[in-house]
Formats: sequence, C-alpha cells, structure tokens
Amino acid sequence: MIWILTPFKLIGSYTHRFIRELGKMVCFIATSFFWMMFPPYLIQRIIKQINFIGVKTTPVIVLTGSFTGMVLALQTYYALAKFGAESSVGPVVALSLIRELGPVISALMVTGCAGSALTAEIGIMRITEQIDALDAMALNPHKYLIVPNIIAGILSLPLLNAIFVVLGVFGGYTISVGLMDLSSGTYFQGIRDFIKTRDILEGLYKSISFGFLITWISCYKGYFTGYGAEGVSKSTIRSVVLSSVMILIWDYFMTSVMVLNN
Amino acid sequence: MIKVVDLYKSFKDQAVLRGVNLTIEEGCSMALIGGSGQGKSILLKHIIGLIRPDQGRVLIDNQDIGKVRGRPLKQLKERFGIVFQGGALFDSLTVFDNVAFPLREKTRLNDSIIRDKVLQELSRVGLSDAKKKYPAEISGGMKKRTALARCLIMNPEIILFDEPTTGLDPLISKAIHRLIRECQKSLKFTAIIVTHEIPAIFSIVDYVAMLYNGKIIFTGTPEEIKTSLDPVVHQFIHGELEGPISLK
Repeated sequence: MIWILTPFKLIGSYTHRFIRELGKMVCFIATSFFWMMFPPYLIQRIIKQINFIGVKTTPVIVLTGSFTGMVLALQTYYALAKFGAESSVGPVVALSLIRELGPVISALMVTGCAGSALTAEIGIMRITEQIDALDAMALNPHKYLIVPNIIAGILSLPLLNAIFVVLGVFGGYTISVGLMDLSSGTYFQGIRDFIKTRDILEGLYKSISFGFLITWISCYKGYFTGYGAEGVSKSTIRSVVLSSVMILIWDYFMTSVMVLNN
Repeated sequence: MIKVVDLYKSFKDQAVLRGVNLTIEEGCSMALIGGSGQGKSILLKHIIGLIRPDQGRVLIDNQDIGKVRGRPLKQLKERFGIVFQGGALFDSLTVFDNVAFPLREKTRLNDSIIRDKVLQELSRVGLSDAKKKYPAEISGGMKKRTALARCLIMNPEIILFDEPTTGLDPLISKAIHRLIRECQKSLKFTAIIVTHEIPAIFSIVDYVAMLYNGKIIFTGTPEEIKTSLDPVVHQFIHGELEGPISLK
C-alpha cells in the first residue's frame, strides 16, 4: 500500500526543493542589494562589466536585429497584402519590435552570449577557490562580483534593445522599400502616426527587468555551482535554460499588466 | 592566540568534524596532519571564518569568528592570510597584479608605493622575473609562491597554508618549506600548515597536530610526535599499511 504515497512524496520533495531554491535565490539577490547601497561603488568594475555584457554582445545584436526586422517586414507584407493594407507594414514592424521582439530577442541573445559566460566565469572562480580568496581578503564577493554585474545588466540591456529596434526598423525598411516597392514616406509616416511614447517606455521597462533577471540568474548559478568542470558545465546549461524560460514567462506577465492597464 | 573549542561540522549526513579542540599560540607555527578527507581544509576554513560551524567556537584572541558579523568580522579577517591549495590566483590578472590586488582594493596607497611593495614581495619569493606572466603561464611552485607573496603583502598576523607543497617536486617542496620557515621567523606571524609532507614538515614547524576521525588526537612538538606510542599516530607518520587506520 505504501506505493500509493509515492507520487505524493515525489510532489512534496519537488515542491520542497523548489521553495528552498527560490528562497536561496531571493536571499542571494537581497544580499546583493544590501551591499549595493554601501560604498565603495566600484565604478571601474561596473564599466568593465558593461563592456563584457553590453559591448561584446553588440555584434550579435546588430546581426539579429537587422535580420529580425527584415523577416518581420517580409512576413507582415505578405499577410497585409491579402487585405490590401501593405501601407501598415512600417507601424506593424516597429510596434512588434519596440513592444515585444526587441526586448525579448535581445535578452535571449545576451543570455546566450554574456549570461552563459558570466555563469562559467563565476563558477570557475568558485571551484578554484578565487571567491574564497576574495572572502579571505575581507572583500565581500557579493559587492565585488555580483553587484557590478547586476548594475551592468540593468544598464546594458535597454541600450542593446535600442540598437536592436533601430536596426530592425531599418532592416524592415530595406525590405519594404527596396524589395516590395513601398514608398519610404509611407513606411516612416505610419511609424510616426502609430508609435506612442508609452510603447517605447513599455519596451524599456521590459529590457530593464530582463537585464536584472539574466544577471541575477547567471550570477546565482555560477556562485552556487557544483564541483569540477562538470558542475560548471551543468550550472551554465541551467543558467541559460532558466534565464530563457524566465524571460518568456516574465514577458507574458509584463505584457498582460501593460495591456490590461491601457 | 587561536583556540578551537569543541567544533562540529557536517555536510548533509556526513560528519566531518566531531568535536575538534586545538590551541595555537601567537607567533608559533603548527602543522596540521591527517589522512585525506579527514577535514583538515574544512578546519582551516572554519578558522578563517569561510565556513560557520554547526556547533562549537573558533576564538581569535577571545573573539568568536563564527559569531561576529559586519565590520568586526572584516577586521578579524584582515588579520589573516591564506595560501590555498591551488593558489587561488585570479586568472585574468598577471603575477604582479595578483600580488598588488589586496593593496589596490583595500588601501589608498598610490601606484608607485604599491609597485615598490609588490616588487619587494616578488623578490622575497624569487619571482621578480615572472611579474608579467599570467597564472596559466607559470608552474605550480610559482603559483604557490605568488599566492604567498599576495598573502604577505598585507602583513597578516596569521597565515594559513592549505597543502602548500602538494603536487610539487621534492626540490621545489623543500624550497617552499624553507621560504615559509624564513618568512615565519622574520615576520613572526602565526602559521598553520595543512600538509602531507611527513617527515619534511617536522623540521620547519614548532608544533604538530593530527586530525583523525573528526578529532584532534595528538598535539605536541615534532620530537614528541616522532616518539609517540599512539598506534594511529605511529602508523600514520611512518606510513605503515598495517594498523588501526583502515584504507578505504
């Protein structure tokens, strides 16, 4: 009869593990916020991490942004042509990029490029006792390692998102005007008419929150990595998967709140 | 003075330390010996406050390092230096920058003073020629010496060495032992050295303690341990396969 209890035991065990992990993650970020408030503010390290997270991801953002805009224009033109609404390609492309695709795809790109590298770097520092060495020198690892990354993530993502959106809009322009013979004025006039400041702000809020999410998860997974090379490899995979899933889930919640409040 | 009182530590279901009691006088050097996996490094990390005990106390001049928080803990940690088993050098920094790191992060000294101090420490450990190299470009012995220089540059009162000669050839091991001895005698810091280098370590320390089954089973001078009649101690220091210590 004991087998009847097995599923309940499994559910209980998974729930317990989930809540414990969540609690650990919240404590981790709370500790980082606590140390964020006190000097020294390590400006140089923040700039270094902006270079690592932001600048080094820019080429990928340039490529993905341009091609996303181009493919979006192609698909939108194809769909709108069926209703004779080709002139709306500009605002549809721009609106999709500004409100949704820009923040989400740029965040996924940063997760793949910088987030994974961040987890691996902090994980290797953990297994080679470099984090213990910082602690032993009375340098707080949260303050020295985690806080600069979180600030850099929050500052970099909106800028990368802006680059993504601008290049996406121009990618859409090259397809619409160059390939589909839409007039340049129609493309941009539609964008001017339909895009409101609120749309841009919503994209901005999303990218800020994604920057925070990515660096939080990546740093956490690296900080509490397992033993050896295998431990770091597993942490890196988990960090990328969890960040990507959380970006999409959080995006849904933010979109729901923003759409309902409009 | 460092005093470890009735220290217990478990990881999940595995009890590692089961009531460790140990006293180390100021300015003395002590070797901490024991089999692999007996918890020597764990004990070291308790002493420097990197791990908190399940039960018991680690007193540094009567201050319990497991209980203090914030600034007092920071001040206590600043009295320590530690040379980790693998050196724990920062991969992205050169030998020079690794040694300069604590000064740059913890003091407001200007660059020229930092440079002079770093060069002095590098010269002390015989690494003046390697200052521009990265940790990946130097040998194991050089990494340990760099770690020692990084430690010495802050003039700590207590230095903990976690297997400073593991993986090094006998000559380099001897050179590192001599370096530790010379530095300890000239700078008068308290040293705790976790090691398997028996009997070589006996010539450079004042005291030896042996950890077995989560407890300190022997504390005394090197001469005393050599003549100890305790069967566990005897078997361990003579490296005998037959005896009370079972090989798992």
